Amino acid sequence: MTVVITEPNDHEHHEHEHHDHKPGGIKRWLYTTNHKDIGTMYLVFALIMFFIGGAMAMVIRLELFQPGMQFVDPHFFNQMTTVHGLIMVFGAVMPAFTGLANWMIPMMIGAPDMALPRMNNWSFWILPFAFLILLLSLFMPGGGPSFGWTFYAPLSTTYSGDSTALFVFSVHIMGISSIMGAINVIVTIWNMRAPGMTWMKMPLFVWTWFITAFLLIMVMPVLAGVVTMVLTDKYFGTSFFDAAGGGDPVLFQHIFWFFGHPEVYIMILPAFGIVSAIIPTFARKRLFGYASMVYATASIAILSFLVWAHHMFTTGMPVFATLFFMYATMLIAVPTGVKVFNWVATMWRGAMTFEVPMMFALAFIVLFTIGGFSGLMLAITPADFQYHDTYFVVAHFHYVLVTGAVFSIVAAVYYWLPKWTGNMYDETLGQWHFWCSLISVNLLFFPMHFVGLAGMPRRIPDYALQFADFNAFISIGGFLFGLSQLIFVWVLIKCARGGVKATDQVWEGAEGLEWEVPSPAPYHTFETPPVIK
Amino acid sequence: MAKTRSIRWSLPTLLLAASANAAAMPLNMTKGVTEISQEVYNLHMTIFWICCVIGAVVFGIMFISILLHRKARGVQPAQFHESTKIEILWTAIPVVILIGMAIPATKTLIAMEDSSAADVTVQITGSQWKWHYKYLGSDLEYFSVLATPREQITNRFEKGENYLLEVDRPLVIPTGQKVRFLMTSDDVIHSWWVPAFAVKKDANPGFINEAWTRVDEPGIYRGQCAELCGKDHAYMPVVVVAKSPEDYAAWKLAEETRIADAKAAEQELLAMNMDMSELMANGERTYIAYCAACHQPNGGGLPGIFPALAGSNLILNDKTAHIDIILNGKAGTSMQAFGRQLSLKELASVVTYTRNAWGNDTGDAVQAADVYKVQQGEGE
Repeated sequence: MTVVITEPNDHEHHEHEHHDHKPGGIKRWLYTTNHKDIGTMYLVFALIMFFIGGAMAMVIRLELFQPGMQFVDPHFFNQMTTVHGLIMVFGAVMPAFTGLANWMIPMMIGAPDMALPRMNNWSFWILPFAFLILLLSLFMPGGGPSFGWTFYAPLSTTYSGDSTALFVFSVHIMGISSIMGAINVIVTIWNMRAPGMTWMKMPLFVWTWFITAFLLIMVMPVLAGVVTMVLTDKYFGTSFFDAAGGGDPVLFQHIFWFFGHPEVYIMILPAFGIVSAIIPTFARKRLFGYASMVYATASIAILSFLVWAHHMFTTGMPVFATLFFMYATMLIAVPTGVKVFNWVATMWRGAMTFEVPMMFALAFIVLFTIGGFSGLMLAITPADFQYHDTYFVVAHFHYVLVTGAVFSIVAAVYYWLPKWTGNMYDETLGQWHFWCSLISVNLLFFPMHFVGLAGMPRRIPDYALQFADFNAFISIGGFLFGLSQLIFVWVLIKCARGGVKATDQVWEGAEGLEWEVPSPAPYHTFETPPVIK
Repeated sequence: MAKTRSIRWSLPTLLLAASANAAAMPLNMTKGVTEISQEVYNLHMTIFWICCVIGAVVFGIMFISILLHRKARGVQPAQFHESTKIEILWTAIPVVILIGMAIPATKTLIAMEDSSAADVTVQITGSQWKWHYKYLGSDLEYFSVLATPREQITNRFEKGENYLLEVDRPLVIPTGQKVRFLMTSDDVIHSWWVPAFAVKKDANPGFINEAWTRVDEPGIYRGQCAELCGKDHAYMPVVVVAKSPEDYAAWKLAEETRIADAKAAEQELLAMNMDMSELMANGERTYIAYCAACHQPNGGGLPGIFPALAGSNLILNDKTAHIDIILNGKAGTSMQAFGRQLSLKELASVVTYTRNAWGNDTGDAVQAADVYKVQQGEGE
């Protein structure tokens, strides 16, 4: 970034701080239209959801610790896998990224707030209700949704319990929240950049979120459509997915994955932006290939609309359709590779230090790439017939989502926490958190590759004896990873309550507008736009 | 198994066991027993090694950089930050590698999809939670259900060697012949998978999918349903026995004879009356095997998804409707049509059992002839 602020407005800030007019107590949080408050709420909400979804993962791993049924029955096990997936995708990863967008995008582009602050409040505050509905459905007679987070028809229509209605309603609310958040991001970036903040000067986090927001606007209505079709098939006598009425169950999968594949990029593009911010800071060297990073992100986003059926190779598609989706999927490896190469080139001949954000970012690059490799293997259709719906797939998407998306979010929190709180986090505890997470997450997910290759299907509560040792091992990794995250909470609370005062720039190599404002960032920033040369 | 028990009690033992017994579980994809499965394995290994080489290069450079280019060594950061040449290079090289990979993958895929000119065709129908095999061009058809006893699943008995991978009647196919599978489903989507054949194909309700295999080695091959199909998804294994063409022909003849004999015996049964205790004992066995997964061993069902049978209005007040729902199922629910899955004797017993167990004291002894009447549309 060649950002230079010619008129630092610190002076004006201090004047304005006296005119905050923020109400105290709960009203501040209920009524707030401040992007920083809303960002904080999103992040705290995501953290709570991460622990609730994580608790469900612990139930899953407990039952899978040994063959045979010990703790829960298969029906409840299916509810756990389903709700774990829904909560982690829609409740943890997506709101965490939205929270980071809220906090950072206005500060990164020199805007005073998000463009549509009231809608911003609304898009956050409907979210807790969506998840309350989803979680309460677990207590209905017949239990909560148990058809997997992918809710394939007709398991989710004719053969599901009555919690399906609540599930559909809850997904609708999540969708509305995401769409509003995405509109806000696009409008803010399009209209509120400070003078001189041209498109190709925007930080990559802003770019990746801009592109993500377009993906969201395009696919969340598709999700809303497909859940509505599930609802009407179940309750109102339509037969979109029922062959007996002229429908087709595979149609469900086409619609779902037309949403679902771009959705996985929604959960990883902002991560690319975060890593592209952290690596240059701690390498003390400009990001290599900025322009190619922007183009690679856009290419990935466009390709993400052309690969959805690679989730459906076993459904019996015509061979030419299968070939098309295989080639298109393999092609995605190219721009993704470009990103990884650019990050490595950024590190090359830099002067690196290894604070916690950098450690998580480095782990992200290696482990996300491993997830990318297994993704490439999954693209090879004949081999996919053997991998499909096994633990190999579970290993793959947890590498890209946990050591990918979640690690990037954790990296981002450590990176910007001093800016948010004005205090440095405890570096020693942070390093403990990193190393415990790194080791346990690999004990947890790496052996899943082997279990999957050996033939263990996913979404089963009980398994053949040959898988016993590995599953016990994986479960121990899972419990350790769960426990390691308690260190994170400890670090966060400790940092929020005090610590070494952070400087404005926080990190020696940090560049960008967010580092020009004081730490902690004042309630209102950039009320007068900075000018960037 | 002793191995499993040691895991239960001791963590250090577990960690040792995990390495000592690693040989028990293959660490890689099976090569399988067919030409196709061998090709699939080769593709898997090719792409695996490509990933390993790329990984070694990228991570290698990254770790060298981490070792050398650290501030602690007093280095000054370089200033370079872009190069169009290098961007083009590392876009082009992966494209070439991928094209190299796509060619063999395409060849194998096209071979896998060619199910023409089959010697034997079997229609495979999935339903919650069992497989049904029907040999086209013959009267031979039967259900294949999990044979692992419930007591092993609930940890009351020691688990057997093929825990959850054993069925009462496996699919039998001839070796050296092209066997075509036509997959479909009666309810939700299932997926028929035998790793040794590299065949995994979804069974979609209302549609038919095709797959094929040609097995050269006689043997027993095990797999599982691969698509989440509800509560007992973990409990619908696939077992295929490949026999030499001679053994296969002999087996098939014996099975066809057995089916014909059983049909004749059913006709005799219509004239017979079983006593209540025999009906109840038979009925309980059948109930546990076919009904208890949903309606539960105590007849209490699962509220909100599977109705209770104990105290059920339909059972207590309408015998014909009771027999009818067991015979023909209930459209739009998980209740299957058991008319074609169970013998008249089993049907009569299970009707009697459910009419008299758990306080459903109707006192009715339902005979095979009563069931037959409803089946023929002559209900009382």
